[in-house]
Amino acid sequence: MPGYILRSLLQGIAVMLVVAALAFAMFRYVGDPIANMVGQEASQKDRQELAERLGLNDPVPVQFWRFIANAAQGDFGISFRQQRKVSDLLLERLPATMELALLSAIFATIAGTALGVYTAMRRDGFLSNLLMSLSLVGVSLPTFLIGIGLIYLFAVVLGWLPTFGRGTPTKIGWWTTGLLTLDGWKRLILPTLTLGFFQLTLIMRLVRSQMLEIMSTDYVRFARARGIPEQTIRYRHALKNALVPVVTIAGLQLGSVIAFAIVTETVFQWPGLGALFVNAVQFADVPVMAAYLMFVAFVFVIVNLIVDLTYVALDPRIALGEKRAR
Amino acid sequence: MTQTPVPKLTLRQKLDRFLDSDFVHSFKSTPTAVVSALVSLVLILAAIFAPWITPQNPFNPASLNLMDGLTAPMQPGMGSNRVFWLGADEQGRDVFSALLYGSRISLFVGFASTVFSAAVGVSLGLLAGYFGGKVDALIMRVADVQLSFPAILVALLVFGVARGLIPAQQQEQVSLWVMVVALGLANWAQYARTVRASTLVERQKDYVSAARIIGRAPGPIMGRHVLPNVAGPVLVIATINLALAILEEATLSFLGAGLPVTQPSLGTLIRFGQQQLFSGEWWILVFPAAMLVALALSINLLGDWLRDALDPKIK
Repeated sequence: MPGYILRSLLQGIAVMLVVAALAFAMFRYVGDPIANMVGQEASQKDRQELAERLGLNDPVPVQFWRFIANAAQGDFGISFRQQRKVSDLLLERLPATMELALLSAIFATIAGTALGVYTAMRRDGFLSNLLMSLSLVGVSLPTFLIGIGLIYLFAVVLGWLPTFGRGTPTKIGWWTTGLLTLDGWKRLILPTLTLGFFQLTLIMRLVRSQMLEIMSTDYVRFARARGIPEQTIRYRHALKNALVPVVTIAGLQLGSVIAFAIVTETVFQWPGLGALFVNAVQFADVPVMAAYLMFVAFVFVIVNLIVDLTYVALDPRIALGEKRAR
Repeated sequence: MTQTPVPKLTLRQKLDRFLDSDFVHSFKSTPTAVVSALVSLVLILAAIFAPWITPQNPFNPASLNLMDGLTAPMQPGMGSNRVFWLGADEQGRDVFSALLYGSRISLFVGFASTVFSAAVGVSLGLLAGYFGGKVDALIMRVADVQLSFPAILVALLVFGVARGLIPAQQQEQVSLWVMVVALGLANWAQYARTVRASTLVERQKDYVSAARIIGRAPGPIMGRHVLPNVAGPVLVIATINLALAILEEATLSFLGAGLPVTQPSLGTLIRFGQQQLFSGEWWILVFPAAMLVALALSINLLGDWLRDALDPKIK
């Protein structure tokens, strides 16, 4: 067991190092850091001095080590475009993305599970078939079209909800939240629906197929034979087991949540990390891109670690065997 | 007249044999496949022949009449007095023409990036499966890391790096190819995994040993002997990948990190349309969006059918 945990930990560190090397290569070789910091009229001597002061003349491994050491302390340099510390920019944007991602994950899990159970129980019902075909269309619809559709319906036609931004979120220390005001909640609804939609269809289909499979297993039949009420069988016996893979898949889906967050934040002009990244890409703002890459990799590694540990908790055989069940 | 031992089939016979195969029968008996094939064929042909079908060249400023601006669908324009079937945007650009020219660009990027990622992925998959050992471990590790990052993110990164490396004056000319490479690099891993898995199986078979014994080099063995036997799944992945690449390109262009405004693809048209939506000019948005969804959905359904038809085991 400790060996297994150690191995996943080492794997995570290896991934972080590879990503750090990539980020460093971008940081160092894409664009000219000096040209971005001094004006056009700076002399050759000034440039040399700045290069020396920034350590750009040191051997590359030394520079790489310094990059990692700085990154570990949350120092990613200064944004080319905004002339501010990248770490400040990230911290400022983090709460908006976290709130959006968490809310949409909660929404997708609850609604997806409920709809999945419903479609599994009423297999041939009209509403079930409608939901299943809708989910198929939903998968082929790009996220930005869903977002635009929601904006059109709820903001332009009905005029119920605001269409962009976070409004003025409440400050709690360095964290900002939109959850304490009615306006903040109103502004969260459409982006949350947009971001959660893809996850929802995925979870719904997964829960449905799991439920169908489990309802035909022996232990459910025995439970029926023992005269346990159908409701209890469904929710106590079947659903509990159906949810195990859902939890892990939902965790591993985090990558797509981050990708869709980039799109969702752009559609709704949501001041989060994804929008920051898209802006950085448009203007080749390398320090911000590198930092965002490191941040995403870090979140991935942490979530993968948690998923690995959950596996062990759910199924101790995994820690004993060499093979990891995916 | 002497008869050759193996009679060579005429083209006509070959065609007959193909038309009688399980593959064609499966196609004919699947209505979804027929409809989606027809839809994709019509859309692709319309895109290819756009310059001959469309009433104007939407990228040529001389052909635009500002007085036609924001003409509603099926209405005559104020300036040119011509009926705009799908309306016009604020510069008097015919939406129908922009649509076909846009899907031309979308399809080009989709096809080119699919070919690129298939070439990269298949070669790496063959290498990994054939040589095994360290080569295999390295390639598959990279593929693992790649697969855990969303394609959009990878493509955005490649795009941003290219933007930093390429001087500003040249950016507009090369951005089409930057896009192809970015999407290609974002999607190769799926091919590599599949091809590696089937190469591992094929490598054990007698025909590969035979080729090795008569002294063929690894390159020709992989290319001439193994590749044809692992090509089936590649075709399936490529079809589904094409739909995905078209959607990804649209997403990137929608984000404003794609093709320049002078080469508007469907995604760029949708971005323009979104700006007009609030003032009620829905047609600038709705038609490109419908085109995009129709294209992606029909190619996707075709890919689904292809998967079932080529391998009845997976169902």
